[in-house]
Amino acid sequence: MNTDLLIHQVFSGLASGSIYASVALALVMIYQATHLVNFAQGELAMFSTYIAWSLLQTGMPYWAAFFATVAVAFALGVLIERIIVRPVENAPILSVVIVFIGLLVITNSLAGWIFSYTIKPFPSPFPEQPLFGNRYVSSHELGSTAITLVELALLFVFFRFTPLGLAMRAAAQNPMSSRLVGIRVGWMLALGWGLAGALGAIAGIMVAPTVFLEPNMMSGILLYAFAAALLGGIDSPGGAVLGGFIVGVLENLVGSLLGTELKLTVALVLIVGVLVVRPSGLFGKVHVTRV
Amino acid sequence: MRSNPTRRTTLVAAASLALPFSSAWAQKKYGPGASDTEIKLGQTMPYSGPASAYGTIGKLHQAYFRMINENGGINGRKVTLISLDDGYSPPKAVEQVRKLVEQDEVLALFQTLGTPSNSAIHKYVNAKKVPHLFLATGATKWADPKHFPWTIGFNLSYQSEGQIYAKYLMKNHPKAKVAILYQNDDYGKDLLKGVEDGLGSTGAKMVVAKASYEVTDPTVDSQILTLQGSGADTFINITTPKFAAQAIRKAWDSGWKPLHLVNNVGASVGSVLTPVGLDKCVGLLTVQYYKDPNDPQWKDDPAMLEWRGFMGKYYREGDPKDASNLYAYITAQTMVHVLKACGNDLTRANVMHQATNIKNLKLPLLLPGMAMNTSPDDYFLIEQAQLARFTGVLWQGQGELISTTG
Amino acid sequence: MSRSSLGFQRAALALLLVAACVLPFVISNYRVFQFTLVLVYAIALLGLNMLTGYNGQISLGHGAFYAIGAYAAAILMDRFGVPYWATLPVAGALCLVAGFLFGLPALRFEGLYLSLATFALGVALPQILKYKGIEHWTGGAQGIVINKPDPPPWLPVSQDQWLYFVTLAVTLLMFWLGWNLLRGRIGRAMVAIRDQPIAAQAMGVNTSMVKAMTFGVSAMYTGVAGALGAIAIQFVAPDSFTIFLSIGLVVGIVVGGLASISGALWGALFIQFIPNVADQISKAAPWAIYGLFLIVFMYVMPTGVAGFIRIAVARWRRGRSQAHPSKETPQ
Repeated sequence: MNTDLLIHQVFSGLASGSIYASVALALVMIYQATHLVNFAQGELAMFSTYIAWSLLQTGMPYWAAFFATVAVAFALGVLIERIIVRPVENAPILSVVIVFIGLLVITNSLAGWIFSYTIKPFPSPFPEQPLFGNRYVSSHELGSTAITLVELALLFVFFRFTPLGLAMRAAAQNPMSSRLVGIRVGWMLALGWGLAGALGAIAGIMVAPTVFLEPNMMSGILLYAFAAALLGGIDSPGGAVLGGFIVGVLENLVGSLLGTELKLTVALVLIVGVLVVRPSGLFGKVHVTRV
Repeated sequence: MRSNPTRRTTLVAAASLALPFSSAWAQKKYGPGASDTEIKLGQTMPYSGPASAYGTIGKLHQAYFRMINENGGINGRKVTLISLDDGYSPPKAVEQVRKLVEQDEVLALFQTLGTPSNSAIHKYVNAKKVPHLFLATGATKWADPKHFPWTIGFNLSYQSEGQIYAKYLMKNHPKAKVAILYQNDDYGKDLLKGVEDGLGSTGAKMVVAKASYEVTDPTVDSQILTLQGSGADTFINITTPKFAAQAIRKAWDSGWKPLHLVNNVGASVGSVLTPVGLDKCVGLLTVQYYKDPNDPQWKDDPAMLEWRGFMGKYYREGDPKDASNLYAYITAQTMVHVLKACGNDLTRANVMHQATNIKNLKLPLLLPGMAMNTSPDDYFLIEQAQLARFTGVLWQGQGELISTTG
Repeated sequence: MSRSSLGFQRAALALLLVAACVLPFVISNYRVFQFTLVLVYAIALLGLNMLTGYNGQISLGHGAFYAIGAYAAAILMDRFGVPYWATLPVAGALCLVAGFLFGLPALRFEGLYLSLATFALGVALPQILKYKGIEHWTGGAQGIVINKPDPPPWLPVSQDQWLYFVTLAVTLLMFWLGWNLLRGRIGRAMVAIRDQPIAAQAMGVNTSMVKAMTFGVSAMYTGVAGALGAIAIQFVAPDSFTIFLSIGLVVGIVVGGLASISGALWGALFIQFIPNVADQISKAAPWAIYGLFLIVFMYVMPTGVAGFIRIAVARWRRGRSQAHPSKETPQ
């Protein structure tokens, strides 16, 4: 394979990688706040994107619809945590997972029923012309990657330097002690869900222009996002983003070098292989339990 | 008051004498699922799962038969279509079809959708001798009267379609360098086989690159880059609507402008070309056998207006831009034609007989000049198609109707 | 356990067995077919429950072992003419080895990471089954059609009824083996590893061996179930074994009740019949109804049906002992 094609594939991989990274970030967000992986994240992101689409159909300008959707997605996340997840707060983990699966299936089904399954185009806020006329990466791909990195930076600042962020981290790590110091643990969880919902909505809005908006848009992405989040280390947002890029490039290279018939299999084998060597992911915290 | 028994008895006797002398047409024969007042049909549809986009076909069928029933039914009988969800899963399809045949006792199966689901029930329905009519899939294996006499397909077979593309290239662009993108399942591989068979050994060296994708893949961008990188100047695009749109758009964005043939399933103006952007689709080639509802050239076509009227009145929630809804309408019309031809002999054997003896049925939503024909040796219902080129506004038919050999 | 409750349990079991034997003669063939599938799922769920419920290893890809068992049966029957009953031990043995081999590297993974690895297995398998290289055996995307076995000529039952009884016999055997395994030393070791892995190791339990063996045994159960399922459906294709099957199995063990043998049966009834019920309720969005069922079940019975029954029985017993304090022996 010639170098030009190789470079192209790498950049294309980075582009799809940024998609996986943004969804992985939402997954890590929920995990950091609640120590649970929300399998319904992709579908909620897709549903938020449909909300954005509906707003755009009414003639609202792009950025107004963007921020309105993010706000609605945040509120939706909080509501879902308070109303649907709270009743099973103390249930065994797998029971909560079943609730997530139920949520996933309901959201997907509702989206198909309300908006139909015909694919819809979704606009991109970035110009059509590639930056500096380069051939490898479009402005949209650059723009959405930039947005993902900005999200990452904001999250880092939020968790490290703000009292609210500290409270959230405390609530997830040690709910009992947190309550003793006066942290409203329940509302911290809801906040975590709200943030994850907002992140998911942004991911969906950035993804839809490339893959077209339809109810099953996120299912393929969720698998790779899950893999990316774990590859990077489930408690590391930076790891999730890096993991996303690695998975994207890996997927593309495997497909173009080894053929597409076993692309999915080989990509997954490689990811699992990395985890065998580093079981907590590349940047995850290694948990040492004292006996 | 006591009724006059003598008068009543005479009337009854007179009436009963008259019956045997009415025409033989009034002789009623019923198989399971048929009676004086009702005809029961059954189908499985993917209302859930990865292929749920096609669920609209089943919903249109319901609306169509509701319309038929409101207008008196077929020969005075109401049509009931029992439509069950199989989630595009073969084991579920087996379970649901067994329910339709053994519990609901339908007269016939109509437009069961999906190659894997139909493969799973193929042997069963033939063993049970249930008419398995007008399958909603184009797999070539459904036209096999010798081994599976109770199964008859509907769509133009995928292999025929692939052969049309191959023959077109060999005739008009014999030196083309061809790249092929195909969905990695029964449907994609059937079309691919058609292309490769059509090219034969002489044309085989025209193919310089092939790439596949799974329905679970998020995008096909990587595959398009690979195909573009092979230096091909011709692209055969065997994809379903979402991926067809992605492929067309990515090719455009990458500056790749091959001779682009897109398969019929991925050629809908409403479901594929409009989301991509019509200006990016100029020059696309495909094969068609029915009218596209978004095609402005059929704007005032009486059959199209009739279909739109139906959609507005009976299937308001259906999407008039979705070509599946027009396809479903044609299949329903065909079924009604077969049931009408059965008259009062509504046995499974007669339904099958009528379905395999369709002569010159020209439904107005098919392309002008097309006619459907079946015979006991030839189960291919649709054997004609026309190449079409997208002008940026509509699909313009190119040349004559092509007859496929099946 | 008090003697009266043991007797009660034995009576209930006998009653269930009698009902199961009488059932195929009072319902239609179609329903017999459905109940055969319930038994098939029950075997698969018992296998998964051993791994996840008793041993604490979450698997989101057990559909892969179901598929391996199913294809093993189909290939043996169709390509090699092996009689159907002989395919079951082969499918089981094959999956035992496959599960064990998968369980070994899986030892490195903690909960969430294991679920990713198994999820990857579940997602990748349909693609592997479609691979050109082995198409000759697997039939590729088209799959393999197999024939349903005929009952022996001296038995006046239908094909469906015969297959039901064969499946019932296998189910009883597998459940009895499972019950013995889980009651004994290995079962206690499995639970110990789930709850207190370090303490278990300190007590001399060979955690690695037990965990890997559990994976193997659980895969074996699911593989045997897959083989029976393939024979019942008479068809295997990659599309029959998507990730939704694996997810369905997880739903089954949780709804049925983790770490319980009866839970496997409850879960099997749920995953077989509830989708049909949801379909009846709403044509427009059947899976939304199914999702609603899932959520409501988890609200009302977070420990599954078996757990719910356990709690209800305990409450009833407590009520009785409070009413008649002299009669009940202290627990």
